[in-house]
Amino acid sequence: MADVIMPQMGESIFEGTITKWLKKPGDKIERDEPLFEISTDKVDAEIPSPSAGVLKEIKVNEGQTVPIQTVVAVIDADGASAGTSTAASAPAPATAKAEAPAQASAPPKSEAPPKHAPSPAASAPRAAAPSPAASSSAPPQRPSGEKIRSSPLVRRIARENNVDLAQIPGTGAGGRISKHDIRAAIEGGSASRASSGAAAAPARAASAPPPAAGGAAVSAVLETAVPREKMYFGHYEVQPMSVMRQRIAEHMVLSKRVSPHVYSVDEVNVSGIAALRSKMKDKFEQSSGTKLTFMPFFVRAAVEGLRAFPTVNSSVDGTNIVLHKECNIGIAVALDWGLIVPVIKNAEEKNFLGIARALNDLAERARTKKLKPEEVAESTFSITNPGVFGGLFGLPVINQPNVAILGLGTIEKRPVVIDDAIAIRSMVYLTLSYDHRVVDGAVAHQFMGKVKHTLENWTESIL
Amino acid sequence: MAAITMLEGIRQAIFEEMDRDPAVVALGEDIGVYGGAFKVTEGLLARFGPERVIDAPISETGIVGAACGMGYLGLRPIVEMQFIDFIACCFNQVTNFVAKSHYRWGAPVPMVLRGPSGGGVHGGPFHSANPEMYFMHTPGLKIIYPSTAYDAKGLLKSAVRDNNPVLFFEHKYLYRRIKEEIPAEEYTVPIGKAVVRREGKDLTILSYAAMVYTSLEAAETLVKEGIDAEVIDLRTLLPLDRDAILASVKKTNKLLVVHEDTRTGGIAGEIAALVCEGAFEDLDGPIARVTALDTPTPYSPPLEERFLPNAEKVAAAARDLAKY
Repeated sequence: MADVIMPQMGESIFEGTITKWLKKPGDKIERDEPLFEISTDKVDAEIPSPSAGVLKEIKVNEGQTVPIQTVVAVIDADGASAGTSTAASAPAPATAKAEAPAQASAPPKSEAPPKHAPSPAASAPRAAAPSPAASSSAPPQRPSGEKIRSSPLVRRIARENNVDLAQIPGTGAGGRISKHDIRAAIEGGSASRASSGAAAAPARAASAPPPAAGGAAVSAVLETAVPREKMYFGHYEVQPMSVMRQRIAEHMVLSKRVSPHVYSVDEVNVSGIAALRSKMKDKFEQSSGTKLTFMPFFVRAAVEGLRAFPTVNSSVDGTNIVLHKECNIGIAVALDWGLIVPVIKNAEEKNFLGIARALNDLAERARTKKLKPEEVAESTFSITNPGVFGGLFGLPVINQPNVAILGLGTIEKRPVVIDDAIAIRSMVYLTLSYDHRVVDGAVAHQFMGKVKHTLENWTESIL
Repeated sequence: MAAITMLEGIRQAIFEEMDRDPAVVALGEDIGVYGGAFKVTEGLLARFGPERVIDAPISETGIVGAACGMGYLGLRPIVEMQFIDFIACCFNQVTNFVAKSHYRWGAPVPMVLRGPSGGGVHGGPFHSANPEMYFMHTPGLKIIYPSTAYDAKGLLKSAVRDNNPVLFFEHKYLYRRIKEEIPAEEYTVPIGKAVVRREGKDLTILSYAAMVYTSLEAAETLVKEGIDAEVIDLRTLLPLDRDAILASVKKTNKLLVVHEDTRTGGIAGEIAALVCEGAFEDLDGPIARVTALDTPTPYSPPLEERFLPNAEKVAAAARDLAKY
């Protein structure tokens, strides 16, 4: 028998969601043959079988999220040929082998530490296909990863009070849920625990108890603004968040909590680049093999702005401002199942064509779930484009650990006054959400002025 | 009334019971003329005469065999082992005859087999025994191991009056170290009843004999750290006070057993099993134990100190358990 484990697909990744089993119990499988697909905080991947044999048992169903190292399936290495003698000679313990692919594909993520904000959680939200059919009866595991540790007493109290242990933070040795933890949770949570949001399912909801808090995962960040019971009324359907949705939710709450957002809006005349784009569109596509969109213009303009006003291209670490030397531009890409922010690294070194290529490549791979973890990390500034869906302008939330995000409104022709005459021009509203801890209005407006000037007076060759 | 030592409590019990019931006799090595190695029976011979206070030859098997026969014939002998270690010499008499007589042919043996036990006095491997577990496994016996003067007196009196053979272990470290006032009037302490020495809510420390004091000392340290330990003195080991043990475990949900006997096969294992049977779903942590090491009792003082449990070791184990 060989155990198949949930591999670790990168540092700071503690759990993975099984999105699809590619084999059924009873199926024969070769070593390294794809066995299941997973989705984690950062990547989606196919996991190869650690050994050859017959898939004997699937322990974790599709849609379930489990901590890394959890046994998700068992492979009978003897295969159908039976015979116990070979079991002993089965090569290497299963867990050791199963780790191999995980380590192999773990991203090499060790950079000079001081250069980077030491908060992996703050990297771009990422990943996960929508989890199909939320399985309600997962084995007792915490969303954060580890197996739930309790005691016979705690399990009895949980059973008698109809409490889900996964929702109760443990303060005992190794995070174990102690008698005090569960009693406190049942009694409404002690003060120290109140902020955890786990706020314990009301012990004995008489008739229709709300579902277990937050389904698979309640991050400490995701507290509810009203008592949970108040959300469940009338007819409703409860849909568990995908891993990606949870990450986005946590990220947005944290960003709003940490960064005092200020917004400014500018109107930019993009008639020049609109004309250039119409004129060059076909030629550009022919010669470069990639489409000419408006986006690379905005990225280039933003990079110009960042180079002129480096504070906008920074991160905040307590009382230190981390001024990034690279301009790594995160581009928000809307997906059918969420949102992801792949990053154009070293945009300051790329010409227009290079940026256009990188944009199209990243967007394409975002939509086909082929991004690597490092491609959604280490942005220094982000751009989002609500205009593509018709928004006049949007006021985006800062993508941590950035201190500013540029929002692009929809590009449309509007009557504008030019030299006391009314003219029709292609106009766009640009918004900048910035972190007032480090970016003041003056700098923000100067930055936007630079962006605007670059766009309105486009001189760069695009091919 | 003046405070008395545990040794004095035991002495009073013997005198009172021999006074009360002419069937009660005493026998052992040097208990008469010499008054006993620890002077427990000093004055006994003068008071009750050589027919009831018998200086026996050095043969534990012979002494216990004789006492067994006395029991058959209606006497209630109190047998002293000069050191309880020597009880091993009469193991066959105790386990095969004394313990089984009532079962085999309806002949109860109402005898008390008592003697100084326990370590901590640099007695070395032959004079420090805690032999309770050799006999815990022998149906037909009762085992008492008191920790106070009051209990020693009251329990010994109960033991003399009990129709079953009773092993009565007297921790020699406690003989003269503890003193307490006891009632002037006659009293007995029931066999098979544990007592709560210190109320607590965070965990239960079960112990007996000298280790009760060690446990109480640890509890005093712990309470300063916010850990409120309940300390229970078992007093009787056989039969164990199952109700008291389970009640305390159900209250505190954590159990630490402390015994001076060596670890493997010690009573903590039996208590752990009993608690798992009766209160598994009340446990909020693993059943822990602090015991002597699995070696003979060392003679060397520093080695003996290392060998025996002490308050620090108990507190450390209790801390871990409380944290668990």
